Amino acid sequence: MAACGAEMHINPEMEVLWSEVKPSHSNMSAPPHPQPPTKGASHGAGDFSYVGIDAILEQMRRKAMKQGFELNIMIVGQSGLGKSTLMNTLFKSKVSRKSVVSTPEERIPKTIEIKSISHDIEEKGVRMKLTVIDTPGFGDHINNENCWQPIMKFINDQYEQYLQEEININRKKRIPDSRVHCCMYFIPPTGHCLRPLDVEFMSRLSKVVNIVPVIAKADTLTLEERDFFKQTIREGLRANGIDVYPQEEFDEDSDDRMINDKIREMIPFAVVGSDQEYQVNGKRLLGRKTKWGTIEVENIAHCEFAYLRDLLIRTHMQNIKDITSSIHYEVYRVRRLNETNAQPNGQPPNTLVNPQQANGVAAQHQVLTHEM
Amino acid sequence: MAATEIARQAGEGARAVPLAGHVGFDSMPDQLVNKSVNHGFCFNILCVGETGLGKSTLMDTLFNTKFEGEPTQHNQPGVQLKSNTYELQESNVRLKLTVVNTVGFGDQINKEDSYKSIVEFIDTQFEAYLQEELKIKRTLHSYHDTRIHACLYFIAPTGHSLKSLDLVTMKKLDSKVNIIPIIAKSDAISKSELTKFKIKITSELVSNGVQIYQFPTDDETVAEINSTMNGHLPFAVVGSTEEVKIGNKMVKARQYPWGTVQVENESHCDFVKLREMLIRVNMEDLREQTHTRHYELYRRCKLEEMGFKDTDPDCKPFSLQETYEAKRNEFMGDLQKKEEEMRQMFVQRVKEKEAELKEAEKELHEKFDRLKKLHQDEKKKLEDKKKSLDDELNGFKQKKTAAELLQSQAQQAGGSTTLKRDKERKNNPWLCTE
Repeated sequence: MAACGAEMHINPEMEVLWSEVKPSHSNMSAPPHPQPPTKGASHGAGDFSYVGIDAILEQMRRKAMKQGFELNIMIVGQSGLGKSTLMNTLFKSKVSRKSVVSTPEERIPKTIEIKSISHDIEEKGVRMKLTVIDTPGFGDHINNENCWQPIMKFINDQYEQYLQEEININRKKRIPDSRVHCCMYFIPPTGHCLRPLDVEFMSRLSKVVNIVPVIAKADTLTLEERDFFKQTIREGLRANGIDVYPQEEFDEDSDDRMINDKIREMIPFAVVGSDQEYQVNGKRLLGRKTKWGTIEVENIAHCEFAYLRDLLIRTHMQNIKDITSSIHYEVYRVRRLNETNAQPNGQPPNTLVNPQQANGVAAQHQVLTHEM
Repeated sequence: MAATEIARQAGEGARAVPLAGHVGFDSMPDQLVNKSVNHGFCFNILCVGETGLGKSTLMDTLFNTKFEGEPTQHNQPGVQLKSNTYELQESNVRLKLTVVNTVGFGDQINKEDSYKSIVEFIDTQFEAYLQEELKIKRTLHSYHDTRIHACLYFIAPTGHSLKSLDLVTMKKLDSKVNIIPIIAKSDAISKSELTKFKIKITSELVSNGVQIYQFPTDDETVAEINSTMNGHLPFAVVGSTEEVKIGNKMVKARQYPWGTVQVENESHCDFVKLREMLIRVNMEDLREQTHTRHYELYRRCKLEEMGFKDTDPDCKPFSLQETYEAKRNEFMGDLQKKEEEMRQMFVQRVKEKEAELKEAEKELHEKFDRLKKLHQDEKKKLEDKKKSLDDELNGFKQKKTAAELLQSQAQQAGGSTTLKRDKERKNNPWLCTE
């Protein structure tokens, strides 16, 4: 009977005769920054040494543009810290819940509510479905015990929804991704240190979601106060073992580490939000006008909003989504599948479908692999 | 333009919001592309066709390198699949290319089972991916995807029609992989024959319900070129790694006494079209179709056959967990039953063995007893015999003493006369009997 004998051998030392197609061994010269792709279609048939493999970049780009992107951001913080305004400033449009629901009064709800609103935004042909998840009522009560629970539950519910869809037999081509990619935590600008509520919330949630702490309404702090506050916060985070984004253990290579170290020096970002424009030096800029001056939101000498925007949107958005899907979601999945599969003698099997096979390979995988 | 697209997308109550300035998420495609570049790509091609149709040469020509060793012999006993992985790099794109060749396809006398090993191979790759996906601790992102993305089916250039082996194999493969049929060594067919051949092939494929891969026409940028190419299927290709000087350039070509077939000349053969479609335009789509269509179909069938369902007839949605739990309990029950059975069997066997051993022991005891008895009998007999012998001996001794007594008496009575005689007797050594 014909045997299905497949032999795989990786042959990196191939002899190149005449072409530009070089068989390589880890030539990691690909820069991490965005680069315009080489246009594959522009080479004609006369250039015989060119195969056209790099045309796949263009194909991927086309596919991505057609499909569009999704981003889900959650904003957590006491009321009055300017969360909704900051969202509007980040995305330069009225994306907060206040713009949708036109209640003139601020009503602090009795329990923490989770309100999620989706928007479709488009820029230069790139479409994005942005979902802003607001948590009114957080930290506003006299007794704030367990105020993180509804939020934790919401995040886990999104993971659960994704998991259910993923293990379906008939599943959709593109599973709708409602998982929270990033949680922005607003720290009130006291200038002292982290409050117990902050510590408690961040230490719990940093394990399930990417947390980006920001110092809200930073225009009340002078530069020295700001630096001192940031340092105290960083120490507080370190002392409590809180891993905020970008997490050190997920740095892929030294380039990444360098960039991320710079970011880690600067977090939490001290931001000011505004959706009103003022005339400054002949230009119309977003800012806050006061009697003593106008604070320009996008001026890095005034506040760090631009850094936050660059981190979140322009450079690390894909990375944030990757960490959510390949690490936080996988942790949830492992935990969830293990709790239903644990056998009576306390030994959970390692595969979902074949419990009698001891899957020794799976034991080697670390839960927190950061391969993306 | 943008408004209608956005309205289409606003499914679950999402509002379309205009932006007041430059936000910057238009760099998202770049971020995505960069991540993929860092990660590398992989692409797996399966070449199915009879030995000697130029499969390896075509791969060499397509990717501009010399891939593997010598051509295969024709005496293979069955169809085997040999896969080789190569790492190629062009500018900053790293591609892990796997080329799988069918060795010995069409060489046997009985070709009924030729397609089986191919189907098995494809299924094995799907299974490996499914296993990885179902693992509890999994690393999907660094998983080396070995699923076949494109199957190049090499049709022999007879000029007439498809062979039945081709039809059967393609029919078996069309639901598992993207099939791109190509006419190999097409420099053997003239132009007019070629058009007729292509028409015949396409009509045979259609009439037999074989679904070959259609280049996608839903994206406007490539819809036009793809639809024209769809009309040129199957591509008539010529492969060559040798270079010939034409004019003042070196081109890949095959040189004959009557002329030279240039591989990259579109009026000579469709090689350029194949390369364009396979690599430069649709590689990503091939990968996507494999994942979203063929793999999903395999996954669905596999899971259904294992007994998992999505929804219960009572309209209560079953989760995979619950079904799995039920299955697991069932399985555990089976396992326990089997264990019981085995235990019973074991106990029984032990009992039997014990009985046997007891039997043997008894026998041995009996034998021992018998032997002992025998021995005792023998002993008794011997003792009897000894006794009788002793008696005899005693009797003899008595007789002897009686005789001696008589003799001495007789001697005393006729002592003198016999003395001489006795002396003579005594002196005569031959008569000494004492």
